[in-house]
Amino acid sequence: MQHSVREEGGVVVASLSGDVDLESSPRARELLLGLVRGGRSVLVELSAVGYIDSSGVASLIEAFQLARRAGTGFALVSPTPSALRVLQLARLDRVFTIHATLADAL
Amino acid sequence: MSDPRAPEAGALLLRHRFPARASELRSVREAVRREALGQGCAPECAADIVIAVDEACQNIIRHAYAGRSDGEIVLEIECAGEALVVSLRDFAPPIDPSRVRPRDLDDVRPGGLGTHLIRQVMDGADFAPAPPGGGNLFRMTKRIR
Repeated sequence: MQHSVREEGGVVVASLSGDVDLESSPRARELLLGLVRGGRSVLVELSAVGYIDSSGVASLIEAFQLARRAGTGFALVSPTPSALRVLQLARLDRVFTIHATLADAL
Repeated sequence: MSDPRAPEAGALLLRHRFPARASELRSVREAVRREALGQGCAPECAADIVIAVDEACQNIIRHAYAGRSDGEIVLEIECAGEALVVSLRDFAPPIDPSRVRPRDLDDVRPGGLGTHLIRQVMDGADFAPAPPGGGNLFRMTKRIR
């Protein structure tokens, strides 16, 4: 998994790419929790994620719940079909806010 | 007349023995995807089998071996008529299958999703009787035709 972080339109955009799996999800978790703790809304771009497993999804849930408690925004952007499939199987497409494009999210 | 391209029922298609470590799972996913596609699975079907194998391996690494890094997993894929049968054998202490149940998805929290994903994407998934020599044997089936 690789990642990049940038600011756009006053929010933090974290782009993940590659596989967010048991090996890499601890890094995804630390990254996302750290960004949420920064106090601004966070968008997680998933358009280059080839594979995400339940441990990667757990990282998203944890960051989402931390943001909710802090009262800041947290949303997912343009998940690949394979990432969306896992979110749907876990019925999390109804829990997360998911934007089709970054422009929609900003 | 049988299709000469179709493997015999019960034919072993893939056997892969690997260390029970997170760093191994990427190559396991690739091997499973390649085999499933080679057996004529649609890409979506192959992707679902990959999800199930990956999550089942995670359960072994995290729960059966519980952080031990010297464990091993044996993955076998067999053809059984119109289905693929995927077996995952470990050599960890026997686990209680009743503790490996999907959780209630309405309770949104990190963790506990793997078993749910496996049951969602496969047609069958359960522990087989403990194999000779100990360990655990988890078997999943997926219709592919």
